Amino acid sequence: MSDDGLPREPRGDADAADVRADTSTSGRSHEGRDGRDGHDGHESRDGHRGETAAPAAGFRSYYGRPVLKPPVWKWQVPAYLFTGGLSAGAALLSAGADLTGRPALCRTGRLAGFGALLASTCLLIADLGRPERFHHMLRVAKPTSPMSVGTWILVAYGPGSGLAAAAELLPASWRAGRPGRLLHRAGRAGGLWAAAFAPGLASYTAVLLSQTAVPAWHEARRELPFLFTGSAAASGAGLGMLLAPVAEAAPARRLAAVGAAAELAAARLVERRPGLEARAYTRGRAHRLRRAADFLTLGGALAAVTVARRGRPAAAAAGLALLAGSALQRFGTFEAGVASTKDPAYVVVPQRARLDRLSERGPDR
Amino acid sequence: MTDEHGPGGCGPGEYGPDERSPDKHGRPDGRGPRGHSLYGPLEDPAADAGHREHPPRVGFFTDTSVCIGCKACEVACKEWNDVPEDGLDLLGMSFDNTGMLGASSWRHVAFVEQERPLGRQDAGLAGLPTGPSGTGQTAEVVADALRETPRGGGELGTGPVDLGFPSFDLPGAATGAEARTDFRWLMASDVCKHCTHAGCLDVCPTGALFRTEFGSVVVQPDICNGCGYCVSGCPYGVIDRRPGDGRAWKCTLCYDRLRGGLEPACAQACPTDSIQFGPLDELRERADRRLEHLHEAGVEEARLYGRDPGDGVGGDGAFFLLLDEPEVYGLPPDPVVPTRDLPSMWKYAGAAASALLAATAAVFVKSGGGGRR
Ligand code: SF4
Ligand code: SF4
Repeated sequence: MSDDGLPREPRGDADAADVRADTSTSGRSHEGRDGRDGHDGHESRDGHRGETAAPAAGFRSYYGRPVLKPPVWKWQVPAYLFTGGLSAGAALLSAGADLTGRPALCRTGRLAGFGALLASTCLLIADLGRPERFHHMLRVAKPTSPMSVGTWILVAYGPGSGLAAAAELLPASWRAGRPGRLLHRAGRAGGLWAAAFAPGLASYTAVLLSQTAVPAWHEARRELPFLFTGSAAASGAGLGMLLAPVAEAAPARRLAAVGAAAELAAARLVERRPGLEARAYTRGRAHRLRRAADFLTLGGALAAVTVARRGRPAAAAAGLALLAGSALQRFGTFEAGVASTKDPAYVVVPQRARLDRLSERGPDR
Repeated sequence: MTDEHGPGGCGPGEYGPDERSPDKHGRPDGRGPRGHSLYGPLEDPAADAGHREHPPRVGFFTDTSVCIGCKACEVACKEWNDVPEDGLDLLGMSFDNTGMLGASSWRHVAFVEQERPLGRQDAGLAGLPTGPSGTGQTAEVVADALRETPRGGGELGTGPVDLGFPSFDLPGAATGAEARTDFRWLMASDVCKHCTHAGCLDVCPTGALFRTEFGSVVVQPDICNGCGYCVSGCPYGVIDRRPGDGRAWKCTLCYDRLRGGLEPACAQACPTDSIQFGPLDELRERADRRLEHLHEAGVEEARLYGRDPGDGVGGDGAFFLLLDEPEVYGLPPDPVVPTRDLPSMWKYAGAAASALLAATAAVFVKSGGGGRR
């Protein structure tokens, strides 16, 4: 392509007559961008166009059109990212609670974890173009497709999670009998089995997003796994704080703090990446969602380590804040990716810079 | 955690006796996924996908320097492949009312109007009373309108967009002739690149997308469940999901015609041989000769796009001769298949998963004085 030794015309803008091909950096929207390049005021006179547009200097494009197709995924996908992470976090918490003798925390985690898993499955199927063909996912196992890997993780995780939840749902009168004791033991095995796959469930979704041509997602591929596992831990722990008695929820409070710290740190790293792609995270809707997520997560984590041990209302509020923070974090990440496909700058500018770096090193310049 | 592979082995319901669709897995010779090439130059993608005896890799060389923008390719493709209407729009600029490749546009003729002469030509319009070209202003008006649409213009080629045209005012007409300069037209028929390392194929979780014996990349409509992953996996923005239908569609390189010994419909219809079909090796030689010829003739700006097997997608099965930088035609300047980074992405995910497991263990161990309570 570029490095096949072709003489290349000097970068457009030297011969000024040519600059006009670059429609997307001229005129109104250009002013709108130049006015502010910080991460602050994202409302400007030209509305959302100004705020989502990347503040790139001259680049060229085909009538300012997107180069990539914006994802066809709707809200179901970021919602799934949240419920999947929540289910994983809850499964881990309930397994720990089971092993350390905290029955109420265990029960909460198992039931909520399975509920979140059911919601996940529905969301995933609902987002298909042909929902009735969902089982086509099961006809292959394909390591190059994170969605296929994730399908099989879910297939492995699901029965364990279901068994654990079933054991909790057993009426008290049955527990004493032999079948009851059997199911209890099966529930423990199922819970541990699910917990073994839970870290995979919480982290594969990061690869699912990064393994795309979407500039903002692909560029954040190193940080996204930590963002998502941190967010999963925070939401699972938040759920534990919300539903389990304060006396048993000490591990949940600690997990909330650890998860929230990881989530917040990874979120900062994502937006500090040097490339233009990082700016998709600090502009527009993505920016607003992520800011709200930061405050909720931070507030929830602070409450978890301070007031949440004192009483149920404080614990519940902290738990809710963590859950909301985790959900908004996923939606914010999703939005940033979508925005980065709609503006050709995110595709053209970094790729052009890469080519220019190459040709500087090459023999022809 | 065993993140790296799905815990289930091979899924049920392989292709069975029909050998036309070997995926990148479950192959009869038992070579694992690690035997496959994810990135870099690859001599024979069909063999890499498991075709043992197969015809030579074929593709398109689209020489845009002779394209006259007649759109015979778009029409022939729609006719042969029975591709439905993609929205009867007037996009208000240029002669391009298709806009972009998409689920229902498998060839797309781009019209670029530029305020610069082509090679050493003089368009001779500067002296006319109208002045030559107001394309810049037009383009700006349209670009602004497109940015307001739900997918930012990404829906072009798949469904209708309303940009407010036709209208009584010519976009950009308010600018006087004195602002105008000399111009040239670039026309280029865009198509799926049938990448050596195809992002769409790598991410497809159902095996609907597969590598044919000709080295092309094709979706099987009876398998696709419309998960939409391929739409985001393609670094060129080619494949899309068709609203109403729910499945993903793109150029098949006329797989049915190839199997019947015919050339693809677009190449056959092209009156100037701008679209040339043939074995890829031959096309690459031909393209090199054509490039040399153009450079000798003074068209310095001519360059090949997608020809280099060392590029980010291992070279395109459908490559181009362009007269300006790729982004001017709506092509990414240096596309890279996302799969290139797959091993490292799983490593990061593995680290994050381990950290999560360790953190959960730690919060329980700490309680009750360092042990179970
Ligand atoms: S990645 Fe895009 S250009 Fe390459 S074969 Fe797939 S749809 Fe075509
Ligand atoms: S939409 Fe269809 S072709 Fe595309 S990745 Fe999903 S199943 Fe495969």
